[in-house]
Amino acid sequence: MNFETTIGLEVHVELKTKSKMYSPTPVSYGAAPNTQTNVIDWGFPGVLPSINKGAYSYGIMVALALHADITRDTHFDRKNYFYPDNPKAYQITQSETPLATNGYIEIEVDGKKKRIGIHELHVEEDAGKNQHEDDGYSYVDLNRQGTPLIEIVSEPDIASPEEAYQYLEQLRQIVQFTGASDVKMEEGSMRVDTNLSVAPIGSAKYGTKTEIKNLNSFVHVRDGLAYEQKRQAQLLMAGGTVRQETRRWDVDKKETILMRVKEGADDYRYFPEPDLPPVHVSQAWIDEVAATLPEPPARRRARYVDDWKIPAYDAGVLTNTLEMSDFFEATVAEGADPKLASNWLMGEVSGYLNAEHAELKDVALTPAHLAEMIKLIADGTISSKIAKKVFKEIIVNDTDPKAWVEAKGMVQLSDPAKLTPIIDAVLDANQQSIDDFHSGKDRAVGFLVGKIMQETHGKANPKVVNQILMSELSKR
Amino acid sequence: MITKESVAHVAELSRLSFSDAELTQYTAQLGEILNMVEQLEEVDTTGVPATTQSIHLHNVMREDVPHNDTKVEDLFKNVPTAKGTLIQVPAIIDKEED
Repeated sequence: MNFETTIGLEVHVELKTKSKMYSPTPVSYGAAPNTQTNVIDWGFPGVLPSINKGAYSYGIMVALALHADITRDTHFDRKNYFYPDNPKAYQITQSETPLATNGYIEIEVDGKKKRIGIHELHVEEDAGKNQHEDDGYSYVDLNRQGTPLIEIVSEPDIASPEEAYQYLEQLRQIVQFTGASDVKMEEGSMRVDTNLSVAPIGSAKYGTKTEIKNLNSFVHVRDGLAYEQKRQAQLLMAGGTVRQETRRWDVDKKETILMRVKEGADDYRYFPEPDLPPVHVSQAWIDEVAATLPEPPARRRARYVDDWKIPAYDAGVLTNTLEMSDFFEATVAEGADPKLASNWLMGEVSGYLNAEHAELKDVALTPAHLAEMIKLIADGTISSKIAKKVFKEIIVNDTDPKAWVEAKGMVQLSDPAKLTPIIDAVLDANQQSIDDFHSGKDRAVGFLVGKIMQETHGKANPKVVNQILMSELSKR
Repeated sequence: MITKESVAHVAELSRLSFSDAELTQYTAQLGEILNMVEQLEEVDTTGVPATTQSIHLHNVMREDVPHNDTKVEDLFKNVPTAKGTLIQVPAIIDKEED
């Protein structure tokens, strides 16, 4: 029996607002527990929440980037559940009238393009944090309580773990380029829950789905889904049935583990939020947000390929993060050759960042300095060997590369009027090598170049040295 | 008609514990409330769109400007047990979430 797989993804993204979704307390990280909270966050009786317009605008922005239809008249709903990290005992979300519906993301798997539908996108609030300790108690920090979230729910259009991976990559990029969120899985500003079912090919109905929660990297999503796909197919082949359950991915064992069995729908007793008046989204508001929508990564990639002749693969790497893409564009704007700038960013710069576990914002390198260094290489002022030294300096310290190579005497010697006497002196002292050269021993040239480099402390421009040397040798 | 079972279920979801006598009492009271609300169905609402609000306001929003003048000590006046500025609660064996 052959099976087809159906996957749907629910992604939570933390918005980069300054204040919370329904209260004006700051959204900030690393503050002492509960200091970024007020009576609204604590769910005190009689408090009145208010809607953060900036958060809603970010939601509209992401919805537009996902080609979704903005819901013009919407209200909020209460989702009731009991947990200590949510002192109101409900979450204010949008259930009946989500912010937007009917969007899509375009992915490419094995060279084939495919559209994955977005069922809906809604805004809601994050819960606080609970830490369990071994003294028999749990401890609650409500600083995160009320942080604005958007939840992006895909259609069950995803047919393989690889498609799920590509969908998440594209979604992360698209959202990051809007500036609405950092979308970092490792920091929890992007979280993924998956639903997967399998059914014999051609079935009229979907199979029973299982959910995987607490996935903290895209690779884990892909691995977890691949495991679940196989597990369900094997169960069905053996004549068993799949139970509707929530599972988690065990990274060490490389398998999904049962967390709980779901019996019927969750009983969240949704009802319209009485404390918040409805929201009407006018065309003017949508236009205002659309006008500030930054250029999406796909369009940037096309521009790099078309205008700057960057290979498609490289354009993909450069647009992997907004930070890298912006840095690249700024370097080109400072006058660097795009292909050289791309090579440096993908090579030395990325290598350095990976080795140091750093990001561009953590290092001293600026687009202006990188561009200047690239120009120094291109016009022959420094050799590519010296460039590596310059690079190490400008990525660690905020040093002007031109002034630095001049001060350090690293400027390449390219002037034939200065090089010729040095080359002649070396030739005068090495008659044997001249004889070797004329008897066809090419090695003699390498030896002479080495001597010239020694004389010039490595500063001679190898290209110019070669030209003069060959012409001087032919004269002797 | 609301049943004792559904009242017990809602109580469980709200982490409320009632004796059998209390359940009987609340079931009767909630039944009366529902009966009262049901009387509203006698009103002809043909052509009237459903609403989620009783006040005629919309787009009451604030700009994304953070401020907080709450003193954390004041918030902790209602916390029976704390550790520093963390709220101490009984360890929760996870049923609903993870």
